[in-house]
Amino acid sequence: MFIINCPYCGERDQTEFSCGGEAHIERPKQPTELSDDQWAEYLFMRKNIKGVQFERWNHAHGCRKWFNMVRDTSNDKIQAVYKMGEKPPVK
Amino acid sequence: MSRNLRINKNNFIDQTTRISFKFNGQKLFGYKGDTLASALLANNIHLVGRSFKYHRPRGIMTCGSEEPNGIVQIGNDPSLTDPNVRATEIELYEGLDASSQNCWPSVNFDIGGINNFLSPLLPAGFYYKTFMWPASFWEKYEYFIRHSAGLGKAPTKSDPDIYDHQYSHCDVLVVGGGISGIISAKLSAEKGLDTILIDDKSFLGGSTIYQENECYKINSVNSNKWLSNEIESLKNYPNLLIKNRTSLAAFHGYNYLLARENLTDHLSINERKGKIRQRLWKIRAKKVIIASGSIERPLIFSNNDRPGIILSSSIKKYIDYYGVKTGENISLFTNNDSAYETAISLNKSGVKVNVIVDIRKNSESKIVKEVLDLGLKVLWESTVIETQGYKRIKSFEVMKLSDDGNNVVGNKSKYNADCLGISGGWTPMVHLFTQSGGKLKFRNDDNVFIPDQDKTPSNQISVGSCNGEFKLDEIVTKTIENLKSFLDLSKTCYDEMKINCPDEKSKRNIWLLPSDKPIGKTKPFLDFQNDSTAKDVKLALREGFKSIEHVKRYTTTGMGTDQGKLSNMHALGIIADTTGTNMGKLGTTTFRPPYTPLTFGAIVGRNVGEFFDHTRKTAIHNWHVKNNAEFENVGQWKRPWYFPKNGENMYQAVQRESKAARDSAGILDASTLGKIDIQGTDASEFLNRVYTNAWSKLEIGKCRYGLMLNEDGMVYDDGVTTRLGENHYIMTTTTGGAANVLSKLEDYLQTEWPELDVYLTTVTDQYSTISICGPNSKNIIAKIVPSLDLSDSNFPHMSFKNTKISNVNCRLMRISFTGEHSYEINIQSNYAEDLWIKCMEAGKEFNLTPYGTETMHLLRAEKGFIITGQDTDGTLTPSDLQMDWIIGKKKFDFIGKRSLYRSDTIREDRKQLVGLLTDDPKEVLEEGAQLVENINTKPVEMLGHVTSSYFSPNLNKSIALAVVKSGKKLKGKKLIVPMENKNINVTITDTVFYDKENKRLNA
Repeated sequence: MFIINCPYCGERDQTEFSCGGEAHIERPKQPTELSDDQWAEYLFMRKNIKGVQFERWNHAHGCRKWFNMVRDTSNDKIQAVYKMGEKPPVK
Repeated sequence: MSRNLRINKNNFIDQTTRISFKFNGQKLFGYKGDTLASALLANNIHLVGRSFKYHRPRGIMTCGSEEPNGIVQIGNDPSLTDPNVRATEIELYEGLDASSQNCWPSVNFDIGGINNFLSPLLPAGFYYKTFMWPASFWEKYEYFIRHSAGLGKAPTKSDPDIYDHQYSHCDVLVVGGGISGIISAKLSAEKGLDTILIDDKSFLGGSTIYQENECYKINSVNSNKWLSNEIESLKNYPNLLIKNRTSLAAFHGYNYLLARENLTDHLSINERKGKIRQRLWKIRAKKVIIASGSIERPLIFSNNDRPGIILSSSIKKYIDYYGVKTGENISLFTNNDSAYETAISLNKSGVKVNVIVDIRKNSESKIVKEVLDLGLKVLWESTVIETQGYKRIKSFEVMKLSDDGNNVVGNKSKYNADCLGISGGWTPMVHLFTQSGGKLKFRNDDNVFIPDQDKTPSNQISVGSCNGEFKLDEIVTKTIENLKSFLDLSKTCYDEMKINCPDEKSKRNIWLLPSDKPIGKTKPFLDFQNDSTAKDVKLALREGFKSIEHVKRYTTTGMGTDQGKLSNMHALGIIADTTGTNMGKLGTTTFRPPYTPLTFGAIVGRNVGEFFDHTRKTAIHNWHVKNNAEFENVGQWKRPWYFPKNGENMYQAVQRESKAARDSAGILDASTLGKIDIQGTDASEFLNRVYTNAWSKLEIGKCRYGLMLNEDGMVYDDGVTTRLGENHYIMTTTTGGAANVLSKLEDYLQTEWPELDVYLTTVTDQYSTISICGPNSKNIIAKIVPSLDLSDSNFPHMSFKNTKISNVNCRLMRISFTGEHSYEINIQSNYAEDLWIKCMEAGKEFNLTPYGTETMHLLRAEKGFIITGQDTDGTLTPSDLQMDWIIGKKKFDFIGKRSLYRSDTIREDRKQLVGLLTDDPKEVLEEGAQLVENINTKPVEMLGHVTSSYFSPNLNKSIALAVVKSGKKLKGKKLIVPMENKNINVTITDTVFYDKENKRLNA
């Protein structure tokens, strides 16, 4: 059970958060221009990595803010937490 | 049979307080401080239960939580009885009533014992192999298998005990109160750290506390004296919390640990009343020190499971701690020095050990010398090959080992015994370390898996024998040394330590000891609880199982309530030996929490009954209760389902309510619908993006129905949104969807469109909604709000007015979910019940009838209005619902738009919403029933299913909504609804059954 350092509230128990899947997948600006395959790529294709993964998290039972997290899924070490719109501080 | 085997000299049992208890109906006595196991042994009772598969007689083997056989049923009250309780852990209390498990009619005469003689027919995988064919017989087999499965009996009534949860945060958690745990707790407390020390026993000190031997000295006093002084000194630290009878169940990531504290299980039944039985501690520790110790291994030889065969260290604890002799003719069988300590303890208590069988060639250790000096007989380089005795060991046979240890040589000699102590070395308890994600390394020298401290997942350390340190001087000095860096200490109170202890000089390990008989004729048990033998493991390997996880599941080794604490290492050793693999490479099976079984009570704590989930009630709930409503759970909400009158059943009530709503007037509490207040200069643009239809041109004071999709184009939610001002809207969502819709909207606002100036506020609870529908609704509203012009020109359908009722601000909307002329009043929730009563009074002359969700569903189905979640299931597009009119085709984009013309979503043979009429208008379909065209061609093709179905009193016939493949094109088509005992003929129709011209909206 993680302790997550919400960029707005500080350290909180994982039970206050919900995970929103892979981060940095931007909604296409002009969906109508996309082929079925391109749209499907945005809609369905998500990575499921053993190792360092970029994820969206929401402080659902707290400030309700969305933010991003870099987590190593092999050992659950959280490497970084940063606000939406910011560049990931680690590669 | 009942002989007293208690000796009088000891420090730990209060022999002045006698406690009476029952075992299998027999009244017996023990003393305060006893466990059930020690009290039974003192009464010379070894046979406690029958084994799982072969029903072999089994006795107490250990003195702790690793006990595989001594498990009993406590009590016989249908709500309080506790199965599979380890006799070695339960403390004796006045009135304790225990009985044997897995035997019938009694533990002494057990019919199931026949399995023992059939055992050659019951190898590993017996059930998998035997009950495969014929497959159709499985249901018959299953009945019998289920009856023979399981050990104890689960309670049949709900548990009246109270269980508690408590959160705790600390600097340091020390797990285990043995010598290394005590040292750790003291060092941590001395540094001023907020420390918790937990131990599963009723006393601290582990196995050192009863180690009364001159060979073991710390700072010139006996180690047990030294330790008891240290324990005494812990009282001086107010920052140290000590929790006895508390067992660590799980060690999760980020130092989150669960521990179960037993509060009343050791008390007499009378003393327990009104007290909390168990408390589950949820501990978040900055640092964790694991000092969980080690357990002794058994030895694997033929018939090593007979009652009276006990771990040698347990024999020592029974004599030293409880003052109980486990037999009167005791022999020992060992591969290491620790059995010799048992021999010394027994000798001191006046029990002369008959013979010590040692598989080693010799040992020069001081402790062995002491035993030899006592004149005890040691058989070096020998092994026990067989034992005799059914319900208690009577004798055992010994042969010499060959040089390589693979065979036995020479002549057999036979020794009588009523107790045989076995010692196969020690296994560090690394469960907690691995649960937390730690990796193990294998130490070839003494065949143990120990924590790889370089691969520690969190801020933790393992100290003492769970870290593979078995000698007293090693335990003490290494614990202190490791803690100095772990806790960042420079000087400690333990800096000048002088420790004396004997050194173990020779080592030998044989996982499966040889016999003079072929292995097929022997019964070398590995897992004593699940009756799996070394033979079974070898068979599994021969049959091609390679992974240890597969061997475990096939043979069930390590899968009992003890989770293989005694058996796993030997199973691994035998696999490694048989396949010629190094044990370190083989690895272990996964250690999963809990360490010892947890009660369901401890897991759920107070979250039972009404506290299991939140219950949400509307502000008008009390009125509904007073007026006889039956309630339906909608998410967490309690919604009135129907209001039965004069003994009506649901059908009758709904028919009456539905008719009244269309004939005159009906009133519904619609407060549970989600309400989201939307403000900001970009509010209109935001709605354009989240709904399928256009919003920019909606006038202030007007309402509009909206459909919300997921990005995959599937209908997600729907509801009416009203424009309250230039930059102000109020959105309604479905009852069940309210929270998810808000989350979804917030997600888009924060992550995809942060440039939009929009603010969302949930006001579901702040506003209550009363809906009044029917031809007389206008007359009723006119009485309540006389000042308002209700004419269609001033207040048309789909519009809203701000108004006041009795000086309270209200939002009045003319919107309809029933197809009738109707109004919705939104009012601040604390005025809602008053307003409802006012409405009821005003409506009296018009037979204003309160109705619930069932009538609401019926009325909207008559109009073909969908309920998202009932008629939709996340696989239907607006077009599938025949709602193409709501797609804003000219809009540049909205959530899900692109998906509406993917190759899959434009398929013409998708399931589409249709109406259904039964040929027999009285026949009401079952919701969920399948629709087919032809029942004669097999397999029968399923074309769709019924989503909503009612008997409509207003149409006087049965109506239904359904989804059907290519349904849009099939109007007029006949289909069949096959039911269990008949086929129902139906015809596909339009989805609107009532008032197709929408005349009634303005009636």
